[in-house]
Amino acid sequence: MIAKWALRLGALGYLAFLLLVPVGLVFYRTFEHGFHPAWAAVTNPQALHALWLTLLIAAIAVPLNTLFGVTLAIALVRHRFPGRGLVNAIVDLPLALSPVVVGLSLYLLYGTGGWLSGFADHGIKILFALPGMVLATIFVSLPFVVREVVPVLREIGTDQEQAAETLGAAPFTVFRRITLPAIRWAVCYGVVLTTARAIGEFGAVSIVSGRIEGKTETLPLYVQSQFEGFNTTGAFAASVILALIAASTVVAMRFFRPKEEA
Amino acid sequence: MGITVVDVTKRFGDFVALEDVSVAIPEGSLTALLGPSGSGKSTLLRVIAGLEDPDRGQVLLGDADVTHRPARARGVGMVFQHYAAFKHMTVSENVAFGLKVRKRPRAEIAGRVHELLELVQLEGLAKRYPAQLSGGQRQRMALARALAVDPEVLLLDEPFGALDARVRKELRAWLRRLHDEVHVTTIIVTHDQEEAMEVAGQIVVLNRGRVEQVGTPRELYESPANEFVMSFVGPVNRIGDSFVRPRDLTLRLEPDADTREAMVERVVHLGFEVRVELVREDGQHLLAQLTQEEAEALELERGLIVYVRPSRETVFTS
Repeated sequence: MIAKWALRLGALGYLAFLLLVPVGLVFYRTFEHGFHPAWAAVTNPQALHALWLTLLIAAIAVPLNTLFGVTLAIALVRHRFPGRGLVNAIVDLPLALSPVVVGLSLYLLYGTGGWLSGFADHGIKILFALPGMVLATIFVSLPFVVREVVPVLREIGTDQEQAAETLGAAPFTVFRRITLPAIRWAVCYGVVLTTARAIGEFGAVSIVSGRIEGKTETLPLYVQSQFEGFNTTGAFAASVILALIAASTVVAMRFFRPKEEA
Repeated sequence: MGITVVDVTKRFGDFVALEDVSVAIPEGSLTALLGPSGSGKSTLLRVIAGLEDPDRGQVLLGDADVTHRPARARGVGMVFQHYAAFKHMTVSENVAFGLKVRKRPRAEIAGRVHELLELVQLEGLAKRYPAQLSGGQRQRMALARALAVDPEVLLLDEPFGALDARVRKELRAWLRRLHDEVHVTTIIVTHDQEEAMEVAGQIVVLNRGRVEQVGTPRELYESPANEFVMSFVGPVNRIGDSFVRPRDLTLRLEPDADTREAMVERVVHLGFEVRVELVREDGQHLLAQLTQEEAEALELERGLIVYVRPSRETVFTS
């Protein structure tokens, strides 16, 4: 009995000390001088632009990763092709690789002298512009949909799909009417995780964006620049927005999870 | 519509699932593909359905060569061992699926679904989800779903394999009656010889990817083509080079020139039938099958010495 309570207390204390207290402190410091300074700090044009850019990047990266993730999951589970094991391993790479390395590798690829520097020569700006930031975000948030959908696809098996096929359904109909409904909660969960990752990404985007204020600055980058510029209220207020987005993500995950287990 | 399979070979890697299999399934028949697991019976069914591509050979439905036609265009109805119910659809949506895919008018679909649910005795459960049905109900729903599209052939892959013994027996009898009603050419895959014999008019016995024998249940039992069929379609005693069915073993209390001595090890009463396990003086075990009357006349009990003579035996020359 005592051991059980000690265990719970220990776990809660650990979480509180490492997560809740620091995040709570950010909230406290943000509203220390009331609501207005905080509101002003996040409604100035630079902050608003950063927020807009963050959401824009997520709005491009998340649908692409969802489409790609579902397609790749189906390919990995339902088809045999040469190099399948390799692809399966590579999908996890973004989870293992430090985002800074991702940023650097994109920099080398598209930067001056890089293999794909040709884009810049033709006037298509990749680095220090939206395309590069989207690419970096796609890279780091790539595995989530795949990893959520693969086990569910395995579990549901092929019986239902084959039954639909013998009943006269064409491949896309089978996907839309049978496969998709069966994996929908896994897809939703994957989308939530992808969104969270896309919005919070710092390292990779930091390198490829060039961090041009009011131009290529996302919300996490804005937090960093405000912090470095000793505008703590601005940094904290923007952090609160990121934290609120994260909190709603957690709530969304709780919302999707039980249904999938049912 | 009749089904003709010509010289079909199918390999999975090194494993030969089917080797030069040729089978003719007459129109309107109910045929069982019988064999142990790994014999290729399910693979053969899936090749006919179009769910597997054969490496070699042809599949004909009626006169049409459908070897390279996808499953969705073959006009087959298929029922799977684990029901393959569309979990996110109600019973009536499941049954309607094939018709919806064919874009039939709504009223026609509703009428047909109602008709089929009546046929499989699930009228009251139309709005339920598969998770709310018993195994037997799910399988009847799957059957209604397969029949909804008026298939040319009905393919059942171990349809009762996941059900308990009592439901299985009920559904067998029901399937038999259903087949008499709808007359669609039907193939049922099973590893259970009793099921095959009870349900099917024709049985194809498969072993290691090859056809061992094709015949009526009676033909298989009375004149099996080889040792494998003989021992697969029913219990059998091997005495020297010959095979004897337990029913064809006569027990007497007095010896004569043709009998051999054996001791009763166990007597199992199964209602009308009595099974007697015997051990011969050389240690060989035998199984005899008697009627209750016969057993009572002999007053069989454990430890009794009896004299055994095969009244009918089969020898295979190979």
